[in-house]
Amino acid sequence: MQPLVFSPTPNPTLFSVEGIVGIIFLLTVALVIFGALVAVNSHRLVRAVSGLAICFTGLAGVYYFLLSPFLAMMQLLIYVGAVSILIAFGIMMSTPEQQDLPGNKHISKLAGPLGCSVGALFFAGFSVLGLNTQWQVFPRPENASGDIEAVGKVLLTTHSMVFELISIVLLLAIIGALVLARRGRN
Amino acid sequence: METSIWRPILYLVGIMAFAGLNAAYLGWCERKGAGRIQRRPGPKEVGFAGLLQPLADGIKLMTKQLMVPQGVDGIIFRVAPVIAMIPAITSMVVIPFSGNIQARAMELSVLLIFALASLGMMAVLLGGWASGNKYAIISSARAVSQNLAYEIPMLLTVISIVMISGSMNLRDIAIDQQGGFWHWNIFRFENGHFLYMWIGFIIFFICSLAETNRAPFDMAEAESELVAGYMTEYGSMGFGLFMMGEYLNIVVGACLTATLFLGGWDCPFGLTPGVWWFLLKIYVLIFTVIWVRWTYPRTQIYRLLNLSWKILIPFSLVNVLVTAALIKVF
Repeated sequence: MQPLVFSPTPNPTLFSVEGIVGIIFLLTVALVIFGALVAVNSHRLVRAVSGLAICFTGLAGVYYFLLSPFLAMMQLLIYVGAVSILIAFGIMMSTPEQQDLPGNKHISKLAGPLGCSVGALFFAGFSVLGLNTQWQVFPRPENASGDIEAVGKVLLTTHSMVFELISIVLLLAIIGALVLARRGRN
Repeated sequence: METSIWRPILYLVGIMAFAGLNAAYLGWCERKGAGRIQRRPGPKEVGFAGLLQPLADGIKLMTKQLMVPQGVDGIIFRVAPVIAMIPAITSMVVIPFSGNIQARAMELSVLLIFALASLGMMAVLLGGWASGNKYAIISSARAVSQNLAYEIPMLLTVISIVMISGSMNLRDIAIDQQGGFWHWNIFRFENGHFLYMWIGFIIFFICSLAETNRAPFDMAEAESELVAGYMTEYGSMGFGLFMMGEYLNIVVGACLTATLFLGGWDCPFGLTPGVWWFLLKIYVLIFTVIWVRWTYPRTQIYRLLNLSWKILIPFSLVNVLVTAALIKVF
């Protein structure tokens, strides 16, 4: 079954399929921004992790709109289902009480404006770049439906380096866990 | 495919109705089953054979005050029960009830269901933590370690099925098993898979019990040790949503088991395939889940983790290897 191909019409009405797809896209983007803001601004660590999880969920939606459903599912499975949960688990194990983070008092007053201006500069730079580049319009990618056979072929041919590197990362993680476990609780 | 706007709306209504009906009446089934096993009648006062009991329970839960105790993290406390419901209902989008009844035959539907199941874990974790109660926190820590441990053998078993069918689409996996019970993945009579596929089925079923926090693996709500686990501080509809989420997870687990191993909507004798066979299979599986819950005592948390890490994971790894070897040989 072919996935819905989103072909932008000039002025879609709100209650057409395109209109609803557009609304869902805006919702996923809003989810990313909202989650990121919560993650950065909240004083409680678990709320920050929840914000991170919301942000990851929104990113999965963005990946889906970029016609890579496999990546979207993996984003949910790994980043929301494993990474966020392990971070939250770690926080729960170390601080059972709901501690508010101690506010960092000796931060210079320049930090806020400086951060904002750097962010604005980045934003301006990427905007100029994005608006002035002649974007090449590619046709729909071949694997837009997320066929695992194609994913497997790509992983073992053109992207085999990534595949090998992932296995090395996993091996290192296993060795690290063993080293930590061998030392015992003392 | 015609992209009419009515199709998604009708499927939305249908899935909500199916989910609501199951969430309400599985509670009744469970209480009747428990009563049967414990030699008592179960609910019988409200309506004929207690059939209106879920309605009465629902009205009671909805009219109770939503208490938010002092010292809880208000926002997370209120949001967690909702997160518990979302993945269970969303998973039903990709479940093939029959050849014609499926909201969306996504290419990666198996992956979607597991991705959403991990969101459900987040709900338990956040709900338990936000309660600010040590029983709740211990319970959610147990739930997470249990779910992480059992996700591995479950996914490995699914990988062997995906390798046999060559697709992650639940519809394709079900179509691959059409034409009588000897084509079903559990007894699959081709390529010598029938020798060991039932082991995969048992592993998958045990893991689905553990993933849905059902007895004998309901460590997260062990009443005798943890009051009511992560639901200790919840009353009224917050508790109701957690319960409904739990029942819907059981339904999704049964649907997945029926599709992956029992041929989906296929008739065992190849006669009249259709949605009725699928419903029959999932309700037999759900009955087994209820049966197991009321006949086996609860295990202990370290035994539970040992079972997963020392028995199920090695077996499922060997399962994957043997499957790959047999596919290569034949």
